[in-house]
Amino acid sequence: MKTINLTEQSVRDLNQALHDQAIECTEREWEVLEPKGQHNIACGLDQNISVDIKGPTGYYCAGMNKKAHVTIHGNAGQGVAENMMSGTVRVKGDASQAAGATAHGGLLVIEGNAAARCGISMKGVDIVVKGNVGHMSCFMGQAGALVVCGDAGDALGDSLYETHIYVKGEVKSLGADCIQKDMREEHIEELTELLNRAGVDEDPTAFKRYGSARQLYNFKVDNTSAY
Amino acid sequence: MSEDIKVKDGLRESATFDRNTMTEIRRAAETGIYDIRGFGAKRKLPHFDDLLFLGASMSRYPLEGYREKCNTSVTLGTRYAKKPIVLDIPVTIAGMSFGALSANAKEALGRGASLMGTSTTTGDGGMTPEERGQSSKLVYQYLPSRYGMNPDDLRKADAIEVVLGQGAKPGGGGMLLGQKITDRVAKMRTLPMGVDQRSACRHPDWTGPDDLAIKIQELREITDWQVPIYIKVGATRTYYDVKLAVKAGADVIVVDGMQGGTAATQDVFIEHVGIPTLAAIPQAVRALQEMGMHRKVQLIVSGGIRNGADVAKCMALGADAVAIGTAALIALGCNHPMYDEEFKKIGSAAGFYDDYHEGKDPAGISTQDPELMKRLDPVDGGRRLANYLNVLTLEAQTLARACGKNDLRNLEPEDLVALTVESAAMANVPLAGTSWIPGKGY
Ligand SMILES: Cc1cc2nc3c(=O)[nH]c(=O)nc-3n(C[C@H](O)[C@H](O)[C@H](O)COP(=O)(O)O)c2cc1C
Repeated sequence: MKTINLTEQSVRDLNQALHDQAIECTEREWEVLEPKGQHNIACGLDQNISVDIKGPTGYYCAGMNKKAHVTIHGNAGQGVAENMMSGTVRVKGDASQAAGATAHGGLLVIEGNAAARCGISMKGVDIVVKGNVGHMSCFMGQAGALVVCGDAGDALGDSLYETHIYVKGEVKSLGADCIQKDMREEHIEELTELLNRAGVDEDPTAFKRYGSARQLYNFKVDNTSAY
Repeated sequence: MSEDIKVKDGLRESATFDRNTMTEIRRAAETGIYDIRGFGAKRKLPHFDDLLFLGASMSRYPLEGYREKCNTSVTLGTRYAKKPIVLDIPVTIAGMSFGALSANAKEALGRGASLMGTSTTTGDGGMTPEERGQSSKLVYQYLPSRYGMNPDDLRKADAIEVVLGQGAKPGGGGMLLGQKITDRVAKMRTLPMGVDQRSACRHPDWTGPDDLAIKIQELREITDWQVPIYIKVGATRTYYDVKLAVKAGADVIVVDGMQGGTAATQDVFIEHVGIPTLAAIPQAVRALQEMGMHRKVQLIVSGGIRNGADVAKCMALGADAVAIGTAALIALGCNHPMYDEEFKKIGSAAGFYDDYHEGKDPAGISTQDPELMKRLDPVDGGRRLANYLNVLTLEAQTLARACGKNDLRNLEPEDLVALTVESAAMANVPLAGTSWIPGKGY
């Protein structure tokens, strides 16, 4: 295992060392000490390595991640795992707003709560939040799944495309064009699989499913109040 | 209705309720939807035609037109990037999305730009292999929608352009109507086929300039600080926006004036939001100069650039390069009279066509229809674009030499005068034949 202490080396040094692994992988296990909320830690990774960050991170930690498995042993700042392509990112604490924004693939697990706009514009990532999510979560969500084991804030799934949303607790309000849908067999299966992958012990049948009513898919005069 | 008929019959058209206005009222009454269209502002605005160059005579010394060198190359991204972009000519191709434009059109833009040693730019919808393959220098746009955004393409780019807005619609998002969302376009954007694509007007994971500074650092980290990062803004509060963009860490700032073209937005937006390109340049230059960053952070200007005189005037006002959208499409064949009959069939006419969003372009440019697309041969189109870019460059050089400049970037406001009080005030140059700059005294 290779250890990098961010009070001794810069984020640039760390990222360069991690990026170099994409060309030739010399070390699969990495540990990052004393991150102290710095921004852009471990972003742009492109190798099947594991990175354990021992403390809180700032903005865009693990941004655009590919293949790597990043664990944040603390809270994560804005836009954690934004635009992730593959791999996994796990936040042991809470995540700030726009967690998993626009992410195309992979798995993001937030063991605490996620703030506003969790999964905004998500494009295929799976996100599992053990706690609650803030307002406008999954705004314009295009693909993938968002699982919320706690409650969801206002305007969940506003202007939703094809993301599947599962919430166990209360939903304060649904956004435009987002509706509650039947939980069919295939959804129980999907949710079971998501919870298993995330290592979260919850009963899938206790969740409700939300999705797009698909009324805003093509411009209609009658819908102008929703635009 | 010709002037003759009006005079003969004693008819008088209202300047307030002219025929365009009446047609629009009827259209609104019939449909209940605002008008969506492409192209840029169609109203008359203070523009580069309102400026003139003062060629050399006794008090200035001209350069010999065909013999003496006049440099046209420009290097962009010298502030932080390990690999700045060197352009042979200061005219670049602006970002226009695959989706709005056909794959052939994108390829033609890449070919034309590469022939002339300049860059082209992706758009809202990601990078296509055709475009990357044919563009020797490709700028990859980072837009609020993040359609198709991925780190592999990011690392393939020669520069990254963070788009905050466009001159045609500052503060507005994008729109691509369902009929243009074919299977390939849909896949690149991760959307179901045939749905309207509404792209957001704000970035999803940052809000103010402080956040943007961190976002730019993230992009630099992901690309190991190799390539320049541009920030593109629609021209509105340009002085402040440019200052904030410099603070946020931009290598290059792109200012797009209100004449700038678009693939689709509300007509009311195109015609009523933003400031003219002419008015935006001095604001941007002043902001850069006050920060000691003029020429260190390069300035690209776009919006209504048509000929070498426009290019030279932008540069005289302090731009390092310009970008073209609409003019490049016209060079490829957009609105060509040879398709007049077909334009008429879809309720338009050659020279007036602006319904890019409908995807029925007879010239095969703003369409995803496989049959229409075939009408644009990317090699021929690329050649025409290269010819046109060559003319822009030659014209700009001619004007610069006449002003005694051996580099296009040596042109200066002092070489210009204005024809109207408005343009004098906006461009900060004297009214022709006087030494009067409005607001500055004699
Ligand atoms: C068909 C078309 C598509 C465009 N797509 C984009 C885009 O995806 N992203 C963007 O930043 N600007 C887009 N623009 C605006 C151009 O990048 C540029 O700002 C503008 O065209 C410059 O003005 P001009 O057309 O007068 O040269 C588009 C313009 C046109 C005409």
